[in-house]
Amino acid sequence: MEILFASAVGILTAAGIYLILRKRTFPVILGLSLLTYGVNLFLFATGRLMVNAPPVLNKYAEVPYTDPLPQALVLTAIVISFGMTAVVVMIALGAYLSAKDDHIDMVEDTKRAGDDA
Amino acid sequence: MSLFLIAALPFLGALFPALLIRAGRNAAAASAGFTTLLAFIGLLLNAPAVLRGEVVQARLDWLPGLGLNANFYLDGLGLLFAGLILGIGLLIILYARFYLSREDPMGQFYTYLLLFQGAMIGIVLSDNILLLLVFWELTSLSSFLLIGYWKHLPAGRQGARMALAVTGSGGLAMIGGMLILGHIVGSYDLTVILQQKELIQASPLYLPALILILIGAFTKSAQFPFHFWLPHAMAAPTPVSAYLHSATMVKAGLFLMARMWPVLAGTEAWFYIVATTGLITMVLGAVIALFKDDLKALLAYSTVSHLGLITMLLGFGTKPAAIAAVFHIINHATFKAALFMTAGIIDHSAHTRDIKRLGGLRKLMPITFTIAVIASLSMAGIPPLNGFLSKEMMLEETVNTLWRNSHYLVPGLAVFGAMFSAAYSFRYIVHVFLGPQRTDYPTQPHDPEVGLWLAPALLAVLVVAVGLSPNLLSGPVVSYAAAAVIGDGEVPHFHAQLWHGITIPLMMSGMAITGGILLLWGHPKLAKLWNAAPRPEAKVIFDAVLGGMTRTSQRVTDILHNGSITRYSAIMLVFTTAISLYAYHTGVAAEATRAVQQAGALPIIGWICLVLATLFIVLNHRKRLLALVLIGVVGLIVSLSFNYLSAPDLALTQISVEVVTIILMLLALNFLPKDTPVESPVSARLRDAAIAVTAGTGVGGLIYALMTRDFIAPSISEFHLANSYKGGGGTNVVNVILVDFRGYDTFGEIIVLGIAALVIFALTEAILGSKVRAYLLNRKPDLPQDGDPHPLMMVIATRVMMPLALMVAAYIFFRGHNLPGGGFIAGLIAAIAMLMQYMASGFGWAAERQRVYYHGIIGSGVLIAATTGMGAWLAGKPFLTSAFGYLHWAPLEEFEWATAALFDLGVFLAVVGAVMLTLESLARLAWQPGMQSEHPMDINPARDDAPTIEKEA
Repeated sequence: MEILFASAVGILTAAGIYLILRKRTFPVILGLSLLTYGVNLFLFATGRLMVNAPPVLNKYAEVPYTDPLPQALVLTAIVISFGMTAVVVMIALGAYLSAKDDHIDMVEDTKRAGDDA
Repeated sequence: MSLFLIAALPFLGALFPALLIRAGRNAAAASAGFTTLLAFIGLLLNAPAVLRGEVVQARLDWLPGLGLNANFYLDGLGLLFAGLILGIGLLIILYARFYLSREDPMGQFYTYLLLFQGAMIGIVLSDNILLLLVFWELTSLSSFLLIGYWKHLPAGRQGARMALAVTGSGGLAMIGGMLILGHIVGSYDLTVILQQKELIQASPLYLPALILILIGAFTKSAQFPFHFWLPHAMAAPTPVSAYLHSATMVKAGLFLMARMWPVLAGTEAWFYIVATTGLITMVLGAVIALFKDDLKALLAYSTVSHLGLITMLLGFGTKPAAIAAVFHIINHATFKAALFMTAGIIDHSAHTRDIKRLGGLRKLMPITFTIAVIASLSMAGIPPLNGFLSKEMMLEETVNTLWRNSHYLVPGLAVFGAMFSAAYSFRYIVHVFLGPQRTDYPTQPHDPEVGLWLAPALLAVLVVAVGLSPNLLSGPVVSYAAAAVIGDGEVPHFHAQLWHGITIPLMMSGMAITGGILLLWGHPKLAKLWNAAPRPEAKVIFDAVLGGMTRTSQRVTDILHNGSITRYSAIMLVFTTAISLYAYHTGVAAEATRAVQQAGALPIIGWICLVLATLFIVLNHRKRLLALVLIGVVGLIVSLSFNYLSAPDLALTQISVEVVTIILMLLALNFLPKDTPVESPVSARLRDAAIAVTAGTGVGGLIYALMTRDFIAPSISEFHLANSYKGGGGTNVVNVILVDFRGYDTFGEIIVLGIAALVIFALTEAILGSKVRAYLLNRKPDLPQDGDPHPLMMVIATRVMMPLALMVAAYIFFRGHNLPGGGFIAGLIAAIAMLMQYMASGFGWAAERQRVYYHGIIGSGVLIAATTGMGAWLAGKPFLTSAFGYLHWAPLEEFEWATAALFDLGVFLAVVGAVMLTLESLARLAWQPGMQSEHPMDINPARDDAPTIEKEA
């Protein structure tokens, strides 16, 4: 299972990075989302993988618990990543609406403007 | 009064003028004056102790690990300077009230002035050099605001910038010097450092430290070759010049040299650097001053010259010279502040400061004339005024000074400088006030109202009084201040008298005065020669240097930052990957200690779905809507994996965040192009793919390595598991960590989330306030629209679901402490419940029914969390300590109460508010007039469309 998990994290990261290197805002945002999944899973897995051992204390029996700390950290990370995505989306939107252009590179802008002229 | 309070008062007081300006200019001025007066009284209360030879202290360990302590102390030197700062500050506040015109924003002025005053007080009272440096930089910043106070004048802006550039870079040098000094001694406390003369002077780092500290002091006190900023700073309003450039800011450098005198002075390096610089500055400033026609420029160069004089005295490194320096600091502050104020009065009344256009003001402005004569004669060094006393002490010291075996160099140049000093002082009287009355003043000059001349008049009285009985009035202060400068524990005897027979200094004085009169007599011819002679213009050089530096940094920046974010990301990724690879190849991995677990069918199916969806996104990312749907699939599988891998809280959070994220991106996609065109060539794509695959492999390998090894040390999670129920009162350990063990993190996080939402709101406002608004309102949808934007079924379903969903949110919230759930998840669910209404019934409909603004919800959430945290203080516990207990109410089951639940309520509200504000902001962009159906399924009998139906019937 560890192999599956690690390969999934790797693939999510690779896909995220590939999309982040695109030239338009929307793919970059998608890439950030994929990278976020990858990173959150990575952080989560630092507590090691366990099945059927949620960190909810059992009053009646001695049972194993998985590591709760990475979970708490990842929980806040998930919520924060929503905030981050929202801000990025908004900036991308504002830029597109004002310039009618969704390139993320400024250098291209000047070049294109030069071409038009 | 505690020294803390004295230092804090100006800063606290700085708030009042800005607020009270609405109550009128008098209220603003009075509040500033009152604060200063209070601090002044507080200082005077401490004066008796200091004049008994004690040192008043106030200590607070602020960041002891860094050696940064908020320690203050007050000795004779501090008392003298703080007295000048606050005393002259009071007079300036009075003067400025009448000086500034109706158009000037007076509230701002007093706020800046008090900020500056606080920074100065901080410098002179600090007992910690790091703290002193903080205040030092604050004076640079606040003086920038004051010098550039008249923002509409280019000269003001340029002067402010120049002052900031020069004193700011000097400040940087001084930080270096002070850090070296602290390093030598091993403490940053001044009182400790000042005991270590031998240690410091023996250190090989003494010279670098000395030079760096002196650069700081010289730039601040306008010493050659950094003197040029001071005349340009005269573009400031006159009260600012009178305050900053006579009595306070430019004296900060002198203060620092005096403060460090016990440990830095006495060496050859000190003598040659400090005394020589002072001497050059004194002579140069005096010569230039004589040929300035602008009253304030004349005074500015004369200030430069007098600062040079004091620097030179400090540079001599002898005790009598230190006493003379301290005495001249007082005298210069009194006569120079008075002179600046008279220059301001003349400017105010005649509307010119050009000496060539003035003259003959004696009869027209008798009061101003009297004040100016007293102050100028003191500046010239005429008995029986205070300037005479300290100037004679100075001349006496020069006679005893040997410069490179020359007995005559220093005294000769001192007399030469004093001659010019006398000449420009006489010129201030003769060319401005004496001579025939003119008929061509820009406006008819007259004496001003009492508010304007009272402050300089008081100073003029001091000039005379100190001159007549120096020992009674200034003796104790000078003695104890000089004792602090000399720092050998003895209080030197200060004795000044007007007449002690025909001595060499007296003859030198006589020569200077005679020479001054002759110079003034020959002034017209000399001025012609002077103006014809070529000389370097400091501002041109400064601008050229600054311009060159700006261009160089611009070039460097352009090379590094070409505007391509893709390139930045690629460089960063390649670099990170490269150092990781390096670490991988050079490091040693421990043996794998954990067995790999067998994967069942479910994980394999999940893995296949996830990988397929991800690859599909990469391959089809150009079809944006499709990619978005697939992102949803990935998110779903991620949340299922959390669930499978014993993280129910994460699964719940992930799935609800997924919903709002997808809605958010859908809303955004509404405005963006629906497809991404092919732009990069295949080679670029292959290159990116190579970077991505390498980095992905690295990350995957790293986590695999991590997962197959045990912790090398016991995890703190053991503590959390053991104490969650005992200490936190909850069985859901993840939730207890969030609201209790690591509540501070959570508290910070909801604030961040709230800020993110507010940023989005602000961006929306900015977009809607710009030209884009017109485009948005007239936008034609680029995709075919659904016939009915608010289908009946959906409207009904969502309205029925609303209370149910809120119920679920409440349930999830309450069980959170013991079972998976909690504020975050409940907040997301509640937000989704409300979002459904927006989607089904339309933005207009939902907005109409919105009673509470989302900003308020975010704010109340943060406030509730904060107050809950502060509640712990009442029980004497640290911030965010939680309490819990159990209640038993028959016939209910026993149930638990915990303050953590209140904190969680704060989290809940902040999350609801942030999510809703974000999505609502985006939705506002989409709103167009006539877009919403008027009343989607709104069954409201009170509505007035019933008559229409009747009419139709």
